[in-house]
Amino acid sequence: MAFWTNRRSLLAGAGGVAAATSLGACANGRIVGFDKARRSIDIANQGEPLSLDPHKASGSWENNIIGNMFIGLTTEDVESKPVPGMAERWDTSEDGLRWTFYLRRATWSDGEPCDAHDFEFAFRRILNPETLAEYASILYVIKNAEKVNNGELPVEQLGVRAIDDLTLEVELDHPAAYFPQILKHYTAYPVPKHIVERHGADWIHPDNVVVNGPYNLTRWWSNYIVHLERNPAFFDAENVALEHIYFYPSNDVNAAARKVMSGEAGWSTRFPSNQVEQLRTALPGFVRVYQYLTCNYFSFNMTRPPFNDIRVRQALTMAYDRDFVASQIYRTGERPAFKFVPPGIADYPGTARYPWSDIPIAERKREAERLLRAAGFGPNNPLRFEFAHRNTSDNPRVAVVAQNDWKSIAPWVTVELRGTETQVHYANLRAKNYDAGDGGWIADYNDAKTYLYLLETRTGAQNYSGYSNPEYDRLMRESDFEPDAARRGEILAQAEQLMLGEAPICTSVFINSLNLVHPDLTGYENNLEDIHRARWFGIKA
Amino acid sequence: MLAQAIRRLAFAIPTLLAIVAAAFVLMQLAPGGPFTKERQMPPAIEQRLVEKYGLDLPIHEQLARYLGGLARGDLGPSMTYKDKEVIDIIAEGAPTSAVLGLSAMVLALFVGGALGVMAAVRQNRAQDYFVMALAIGGVCLPPLVIGPVLQLLFGVEWGLLPSQGLHRDEFGLVYLILPVITLSLPLIAIISRLMRASMIEALRSNAIRTARAKGLPEAQVIWRHALPIALLPIVSYAGPALAGVMAGSFVIETVFQLPGIGKQFVLAAQQRDYTLVMGVVLVYSSLIILLNLAADLMYRVLDPRSRTA
Repeated sequence: MAFWTNRRSLLAGAGGVAAATSLGACANGRIVGFDKARRSIDIANQGEPLSLDPHKASGSWENNIIGNMFIGLTTEDVESKPVPGMAERWDTSEDGLRWTFYLRRATWSDGEPCDAHDFEFAFRRILNPETLAEYASILYVIKNAEKVNNGELPVEQLGVRAIDDLTLEVELDHPAAYFPQILKHYTAYPVPKHIVERHGADWIHPDNVVVNGPYNLTRWWSNYIVHLERNPAFFDAENVALEHIYFYPSNDVNAAARKVMSGEAGWSTRFPSNQVEQLRTALPGFVRVYQYLTCNYFSFNMTRPPFNDIRVRQALTMAYDRDFVASQIYRTGERPAFKFVPPGIADYPGTARYPWSDIPIAERKREAERLLRAAGFGPNNPLRFEFAHRNTSDNPRVAVVAQNDWKSIAPWVTVELRGTETQVHYANLRAKNYDAGDGGWIADYNDAKTYLYLLETRTGAQNYSGYSNPEYDRLMRESDFEPDAARRGEILAQAEQLMLGEAPICTSVFINSLNLVHPDLTGYENNLEDIHRARWFGIKA
Repeated sequence: MLAQAIRRLAFAIPTLLAIVAAAFVLMQLAPGGPFTKERQMPPAIEQRLVEKYGLDLPIHEQLARYLGGLARGDLGPSMTYKDKEVIDIIAEGAPTSAVLGLSAMVLALFVGGALGVMAAVRQNRAQDYFVMALAIGGVCLPPLVIGPVLQLLFGVEWGLLPSQGLHRDEFGLVYLILPVITLSLPLIAIISRLMRASMIEALRSNAIRTARAKGLPEAQVIWRHALPIALLPIVSYAGPALAGVMAGSFVIETVFQLPGIGKQFVLAAQQRDYTLVMGVVLVYSSLIILLNLAADLMYRVLDPRSRTA
């Protein structure tokens, strides 16, 4: 008897679920990913933000969100070039060390003034070691920043000072013509002093946060959605067209593309490169492929044999067929990298390249064999090493090509592949627990130094190769103190040339940015940094 | 029965503690750590982070600290999601996984159960072969394949249903149709096979032979007398299986972009977010224990013999 009672309850429950489902089906339409009437856009962003606090964020997908909430002293135009942001203008002292910024009158979204004191507070906060800011080192160009961040000096000694409400003075450790580039980075955004002091670490919670940028944070549902709404208190609010922006963390790049194909997203910040032709047909006008400041490369562990021998490094670097990888593994026009600093970097001549770049691959392989024999390898002393790669995206396929290229130098070259998850891979690289290993680098800001510093001795564990050349270090330091941008570029190019000749790394390809963007969204321009701020967006009628 | 339930729950506490301790140690043995990233942070900052989360302590001290927090109901802050506490992240993700898992299981029980009964009653006929073919297909085709196909057909090609997500920041039920179907297909396959086998056995039992000899109509024999007997293996299977699907499915939640704890768990493991992984392990273990208990209790309701055992 009891069973029948239960069965009826179960049936009633099932009926309830079915009814609720049907009601739900009637009540909810599909999302319109680019809703012109509602002035909203849904964006498939590449990952879940680990933080929306500009002092704790560290990923480009976080930058996509945070850069719409806050405005630094400078900001990005549609091409991602630095233009005046909160600073209307600035002066630089003759020696290039003292920068004075004159701020516009503006408020936070709660009506409180956003002024030079907020900037002073923000710079001190991010460089305060207590904040545990992972990305603070980008600001080490500021006087005493590194020492403050390491706890060797009090934050009051930082070279940032609010002279009055609307004037901020920043002293630098060395001249840096690229400083406006750094100032548009999220690490240099102001934070609301009055809110941070009131709420502490919870200041970024949607209930507490106030912003000085075009959009305010309305909701953040972990691993699902971040909702931004237009901030009427923004100093240029009348020119902001979109009312709502929704960001979805789309770890699955195929699902992200499907979200655009079904009309449920107006923009995806990635798409699968092997589907580019199908997407061009299915979504006319959506596909945006553009060069991006990213270089994929392999590091050689120079701290132990066989890669402590320059001839082995040079041999493997020249035998790797990056033209094949660029054209056959990647399908979206990626360019083979015969140098480390990507083309398009500001104030950089880009003249450095491997000396053998124009020699055909077959000839290079013969030269590679000669170099390896000269280094003592041959049938009686075979060259064996392990190539560690990340088992994500196209990296495993690239690794197979590299393995084949190196094995084809001579029958006595043996390469074993070891694929690991990204976290473990980088831990091994840092600990120098590898022979050769892949990696990639996205520019933090548009300057050659963001690449070349990786090979400096003082970079430490992140100099995965363990490359150390006093002349290279000297040139890098010299470039720091060169106020003339063109001359500085030449010095950096000289350093890059020196480094390429010694082959601590084997560059692979320059990666492109791949976006799917609704063609009726205006104000989106392809750019080298792949940064697109919603304040410039508009709607094509 | 109440006493048995209380006894089982009391035993659950040391079981949970053992699971927590094992998971804690295993996780720490994995190479890498929560602060190992492509871009290296200044060593002084990394050291401070390590100290803040107590990762510099010996593992037994870390475990004791964690258990102390747990006793106070504190799952700690997430090591990677810097603005959130573990409890908040789980509270945000668990309802989606629970609704998804429960709906899929209810659907699977009804559809799989009905198909299994039909196959058993029509044994070795066309209907039976059809159900078995369907079951094999359901087991062989993983959600990783079925999900995107359903998305492409219903979401992209025909535009009948949303392809993924929920309704922005609302919980739209229509958004769950495709993921629920995808998640339930393998369950339907398993349940229909289980139900077929146990129904065939039930129909051959003495009790059913007696019922038929009494001249009861066939429908009454099947639904009233055979079904309760045949349901027993289903109940044994459904308890732990429900815990599995309610604790979230990484594939379903990733393909359909749903904010469940299954996705959280895998991402947290990849990022070595120790506290978040522990939080989800705790939820999953508790669910397993509770639903196993529920299955046992239901067993007693369905099978009078087990009450005296």
